[in-house]
Amino acid sequence: MEDLSFRHQVRARAGGARQSAIVGVVASGNLEVLVERVLPDVECSVDIKTAAVGFGEVWRAVIGDFVERHSPGGLRFSINDGGARPDTVSLRLAQAVRLIAEEGR
Amino acid sequence: MTSWQNNRAARDARIAAGSDLARGKIVEAQDVTRLLEAVIRPGDRVCLEGDNQKQADLLSRALLAVDLSRVNDLHMVQSGVVLPEHLDLFDRGVAKRLDYAYSGPQSARIARMLFGGKIELGAVHTYLELFARYFIDLTPHVALIAAVSADRAGNLYTGPNTEDTPTVVEATAFKDGVVIAQVNEIVETVPRVDIPADRVHFIVRADKPFFVEPLFTRDPAAITEGQILTAMLAIKGIYAPYGVQRLNHGIGFSTAAIELLLPTFGERLGLKGRIATHFALNPHPALIPAIESGWVQQIHSFGSEVGMDDYIRARSDVYFTGPDGSLRSNRAFCQTAGLYACDMFIGSTLQIDLQGNSSTVTTSRIAGFGGAPNMGADARGRRHPSEPWLKAGVEADPDSPAPLRRGRKLVVQIGETFGDKNVPLFVEKLDAIELAEKLKLDLAPVMIYGDDVTHIVTEEGVANLLLCRTADEREQAIRGVAGYTDVGRRRDRGMVARLRERGVIRRPEDLGINPLDADRSLLAARSIKDLVHWSGGLYAPPSKFRNW
Repeated sequence: MEDLSFRHQVRARAGGARQSAIVGVVASGNLEVLVERVLPDVECSVDIKTAAVGFGEVWRAVIGDFVERHSPGGLRFSINDGGARPDTVSLRLAQAVRLIAEEGR
Repeated sequence: MTSWQNNRAARDARIAAGSDLARGKIVEAQDVTRLLEAVIRPGDRVCLEGDNQKQADLLSRALLAVDLSRVNDLHMVQSGVVLPEHLDLFDRGVAKRLDYAYSGPQSARIARMLFGGKIELGAVHTYLELFARYFIDLTPHVALIAAVSADRAGNLYTGPNTEDTPTVVEATAFKDGVVIAQVNEIVETVPRVDIPADRVHFIVRADKPFFVEPLFTRDPAAITEGQILTAMLAIKGIYAPYGVQRLNHGIGFSTAAIELLLPTFGERLGLKGRIATHFALNPHPALIPAIESGWVQQIHSFGSEVGMDDYIRARSDVYFTGPDGSLRSNRAFCQTAGLYACDMFIGSTLQIDLQGNSSTVTTSRIAGFGGAPNMGADARGRRHPSEPWLKAGVEADPDSPAPLRRGRKLVVQIGETFGDKNVPLFVEKLDAIELAEKLKLDLAPVMIYGDDVTHIVTEEGVANLLLCRTADEREQAIRGVAGYTDVGRRRDRGMVARLRERGVIRRPEDLGINPLDADRSLLAARSIKDLVHWSGGLYAPPSKFRNW
């Protein structure tokens, strides 16, 4: 197991009103993402527990592109990773942002 | 006096020696090894029918048991090295030299044996290339083939998995060779004559039906969102703009996803009847929903697929069938069809380098080629025009006068940037090159050469290599869809952005595709059971694909 953590300053608050959401599953080649609206509007954090050791640089690139593209201000992401491919990670993060952007709860 | 019929005399002597063990042409299973000792000479070229799917397994076991003082140092010329016995022959010294095409299930062991010097390798061929050499310089002295049934005269019914048999028999029987067939049963009258009796010299009834590998069944349940996204990109970014109607699909999950998206995503795009109507393709179960929805007009097949027999029989408007109603496949004709009469090949691979060369060889596995190199190659002998072929030709060479401009076959490599166990699809240097150096081969086993590849599709987008004008542009177009692999992260961002402006690279958003829409609900069938339902119960999947 490896723990990774990334902090970003973000240009805008993530849309929507939901306080939290979960997407994905913890399984081999997959990952679970918990997203919570708990940070100041200009901050974003991503904390990762991953089964695959030694991919820190790839995670840094994936998270950097994700923050640039989606501007997830105010969100804290907690990831349980079962060795997912980078494209699956990008997809789950985008799904998490879409889910928390829904109205309600 | 010079004699001009030595080979015929030698063939007749071999048959006479074997006839002592036969009643008519029929030899009992327990006498087969003695038959082979009587008929085969040391150093003979032997084709032990190992196809992509069908295996002459009884005859392989019998050949493995021969007395080495009588049969040794054989030169095996067969398309598929598939059974463990195929390699045991070399371990035991029955065979010495090998020319072949495909070795999927034995890829790791064949690599070890090549490194260990147990096998003297001629070459790893493409199918058509090996078949061609059967008629020039690799003509078998003896062919050991597999059929479903025989009559007492020796007429053979090869059933849906005819595959390589007619080609092997043609080369052997008409050049003074001996043909020995294993059959599942001996009958009064065969359902249809696939091989006429006068080309068959001995028949052996096998104790159990010949082995067939279900190679072309992809369980829809295992298709990922990433594969669905690449499939959407391929349909909207390549099939639609070129209007690809005549094509071949590889056997990977990405192309299975395409097959399952035609009746859903493809239908919504209004593409029915405009794309994917004529195939050179094995009977892929994943294509059943598209066939049932009226997308597909005609399919010619290399071989068959386990469980598809009844469905094919009931859909003879689509498939090629015999007077008995069952599928007639033929690998040599279908490979030729894929090479000359299809406008596109789309398939997966294991490694792509910066020039677009692609290979399924890794340092510890030599899988051979399968159908991809003939399907995935521009046919220099092609002369008939078609919309996709001409359009691709214009993109590659806008300046030549139209009447003298060659068209181009669309050769598409599709895959996710990271494969199994997070192994990257894109590499700076192919493992095949290292392998060629280690084995001192003149040629690295490259499956598809970069100058034949026209498009690469990954979850990051579509790269159109036809539009690249320099080697540098080509490299950056490849890096530009290589995702987070080392190759992808070392891209020149400015150049990739300029290539995207020119449409050389197209991202999902450039094609109006939202990656979040790449959902399994888009698949026309989400399980093997769904495929059975689509087929009206005609598809009978093998037990390893059943979970109900």
